[in-house]
Amino acid sequence: MNTSGFFVTGDPMIYGADVSIVLVSVAIIFYLTYFKKWGWLWREWITTVDHKRIGIMYLIASLLMLFRGGVDAILMRLQLAIPNAHFLESEHYNEIFTTHGTIMILFMAMPFMFALFNMVVPLQIGARDVAYPALNAISFWLFFLGAMLFNLSFVIGGSPDAGWLSYPPLSENQFSPGPGQNFWIWGVQISGIGSLATGINFVVTILKMRAPGMRLRDMPLFTWSVMASSIAILGVFPILTVSLIMLTIDRLFGGHFFTMTAGGNPMMWVNLIWMWGHPEVYIVVLPAFGVFSEVVATFAKKRIFGYGSMVFSMIAISVVSYYTWVHHFFTMGAGADVNIVFAICTMIIAIPTGVKVFNWLFTLYRGRITVTQPLLWFYAMIPCFLVGGSTGVMLAAAPADYQYHNSYFLIAHFHQVLIGGVVFGYLAGMYYWWPKVFGFKLNDKLGKWAFWLWQIGFYVCFMPQYALGFMGMTRRIYTYNQTMGWDMGWAPLNFISTIGAFLMGAGFVFQAWQIIYSIKHGERDVTGDAWNGRTLEWSIPSPPPAYNFAILPTIKGRDSWWYQKQEMQNGTYKQEPVKYEPIHMPKNTGVPFIMSCFFFVAGFGFTFEWFWMGIIGLIGVAITLFVRSFQYDTDYYITVEEIERTEKALRNNASVQRTAN
Amino acid sequence: MQQSVSAHVSDHDHGHVDQDSLKILGFWIFLVTDCLLFGTLFATYAVLHTHTNGGFTGKEFDIPGFVIETFVLLVSSFTSGLAVLEMHKGNKKGLISWLIITLLLGATFVGLEIHEFVSMAAEGATISTSAFLTSFFTLVGTHGAHVTFGIFWMIGLIVQLAKKGITSDTKRKISIISLYWHFLDAVWIFIFTVVYLMGVM
Amino acid sequence: MSNHESNHGSVKAYVTGFVFSIILTIIPLVLVLNHMMAKTALMVSILIAAVLQFVIQLFFFMHIRDGEEPRYNVAALILGIVFVVTIVSGSIWIMSFNSQVQ
Repeated sequence: MNTSGFFVTGDPMIYGADVSIVLVSVAIIFYLTYFKKWGWLWREWITTVDHKRIGIMYLIASLLMLFRGGVDAILMRLQLAIPNAHFLESEHYNEIFTTHGTIMILFMAMPFMFALFNMVVPLQIGARDVAYPALNAISFWLFFLGAMLFNLSFVIGGSPDAGWLSYPPLSENQFSPGPGQNFWIWGVQISGIGSLATGINFVVTILKMRAPGMRLRDMPLFTWSVMASSIAILGVFPILTVSLIMLTIDRLFGGHFFTMTAGGNPMMWVNLIWMWGHPEVYIVVLPAFGVFSEVVATFAKKRIFGYGSMVFSMIAISVVSYYTWVHHFFTMGAGADVNIVFAICTMIIAIPTGVKVFNWLFTLYRGRITVTQPLLWFYAMIPCFLVGGSTGVMLAAAPADYQYHNSYFLIAHFHQVLIGGVVFGYLAGMYYWWPKVFGFKLNDKLGKWAFWLWQIGFYVCFMPQYALGFMGMTRRIYTYNQTMGWDMGWAPLNFISTIGAFLMGAGFVFQAWQIIYSIKHGERDVTGDAWNGRTLEWSIPSPPPAYNFAILPTIKGRDSWWYQKQEMQNGTYKQEPVKYEPIHMPKNTGVPFIMSCFFFVAGFGFTFEWFWMGIIGLIGVAITLFVRSFQYDTDYYITVEEIERTEKALRNNASVQRTAN
Repeated sequence: MQQSVSAHVSDHDHGHVDQDSLKILGFWIFLVTDCLLFGTLFATYAVLHTHTNGGFTGKEFDIPGFVIETFVLLVSSFTSGLAVLEMHKGNKKGLISWLIITLLLGATFVGLEIHEFVSMAAEGATISTSAFLTSFFTLVGTHGAHVTFGIFWMIGLIVQLAKKGITSDTKRKISIISLYWHFLDAVWIFIFTVVYLMGVM
Repeated sequence: MSNHESNHGSVKAYVTGFVFSIILTIIPLVLVLNHMMAKTALMVSILIAAVLQFVIQLFFFMHIRDGEEPRYNVAALILGIVFVVTIVSGSIWIMSFNSQVQ
């Protein structure tokens, strides 16, 4: 067991990070101990199986990761701002673009998406929890500890530096020895298993746990988007799991899947990883589409235009996205016939996406529009995603792609769809459902500052990159004009781009401020229906009680809450007599957390090739599985008295505040 | 994967959700993702099986060895089905006996496979000999690991059966593991055909 | 769950499935060991035997027809098979460039 080089040394920034990590950890431990919060943390959060709390934990984790990924981005932009910069060494730059990409997709976008899944789906379909609450907790902890394992590479053992998809042979032992690359493999592997479990969980939840009377075609569009996204997760995450296992076998056990020797074929990795990687970006964008559908319908006070075509186009996207993966390696030279098929499939995807954009615009047409923060982010998405999508079609043209491939044109394209589509969508969702989950709205004024900084920053940052791509700047170069002087013309545009990155960073700071400010001063939501919503989640108090619905609602059609409210206004609504029954709920359990800790131990062991430790971890995982299988006492009942008490308190609270207003 | 719900699940309180069918559907979907996992391994094997690096080729597979493995696993799939039949008759003893036979056959299968791997390695055909062998050992080994996992799982369930008898919970668990076991045999059909038969062809 | 006993198959169903499985294992084995066909025809026949055996096990062992409507498990399986076929045939097709390049 070799421990030399265990701690990363050398760069002053790393030492700074070491110090801040130690300080923050000490502060957290001190806080928890001094205020005797350990028990609270364990009982209320670590062992929770409540989808709302799990959603909140996902959200916090993803915002933290957005910060880390954002810092990576700013470091890269600083390095590229001027020619011949020596701010970062080449190797350090490689590490930073690797962690930036991995974190933003897998540890920011995915958990943000799962946060929305968890916070919203059971409430929208009138369920009391997801289908498998304990599995849901396992998913979260696997994601979280996988992400922590990956982030550990920053200070222990060294970061991966072979790019966010770690193409071999660069990612093989020969060229990337040591733990860095293993951190990538195990961090992604562990959280990927969690994602797969979440996919299964939500498919079954949506298929089987809908409130009585809710047919599939009555489901809100966000729920449909979760369905489409989860189907894609089920279709592709096994491929990721296997690909990572194969790379592990190459690295740890002397296999030859992707090596340059003994008949291995590195392009097979590229083939497999994009079979996962391409649908993956549709997995993250589909729920954003779902958010927009909810936001647009709510703030236009209209039924969504073209519901059927919306559903069809989402399912079409999730299936067709399975047939586009080769467009990431047109230049491999698989031949004209292969490239044509995948180019056409890629272009076809633009059609259902276009259908959705038109449907949203038609929904707004002649709507009674209230411009709120969620709607602002929708407005921002339209032009951004449109341009990003169009440049995507340009890239999809295989012959032209030989020119664009791996240039900054590509960088600008995918940031435009991922930020314009995914991030704007998730932020819209965060603003939209925040009052439901936390019981207060996020401050408007600070939000608008954040919004405009993001918008201006985005275009200032990425529009120059299209031009840079055309000027020949390739991705992943750490500096430029080493030999040719200032006059390649890249410098001014790069400098402008860096300014844009800082503006977006400032936007994020405003959002952090906005959240902290609103916790104290945000407008309280006392009605449970902060936006005059249309779907079921707005029919219950904010934040909802543990069991969500005291009485499971009976659904008579789409947007049923909206029509129920209309009936209530007209006085035609017949209130069913309230008769509570005991509610069957899952008990909290520590098994998911402990099991995930063993996964972490296993991942850490294999990362450093300490096999004894890896095997101990895996045995621990097996033992926790067994323990869980032998647990029969896993649920309990909430009594009628308790429900009455909770509901009364929630309603009283609401009515008191209502009169005060 | 396994979750339990206590024995007193009655329907009125849980609305419209039937826990058993919920879990069985979830397990079906898990099996489909497991299919994709094997599909990916098959794809890799199909691409790399000609890359033998001048070493061991599929022609050298031990024919009696893999034929015996195939039949042992097929019989165990059949006996796990008989176990389920006993379960529905409410015959706890019959159920446990057939399960024990099933897992002994499973253990025999794993033993034969380990023997095959060891003797191949003794001839110098190891995981690092060629891309073909890397993909072979990974594909077949992953299946073997699934069977091994199933054996331990089955032992756990037998203990639970002995303690609790045939309840709605243990019934569901047995249904799920028998599904898993049949699935493993179904995967083996394709390993038998694509890897071994096409190998020796 | 015990009220639809008939859905869980019978000894007869299991025996039928078992016998068919044995037959469909032996046929390709005999075909291959005796080199009874040309290579392509042989490959196609043994693959058909494998698929048939898979289908038989689905019906007789895994009781794919059981369960309540709608049959989400069947839908999931069909989608899964489409994806598996895509992964395998797509990979073979795309990576076949390799034989020309190397």
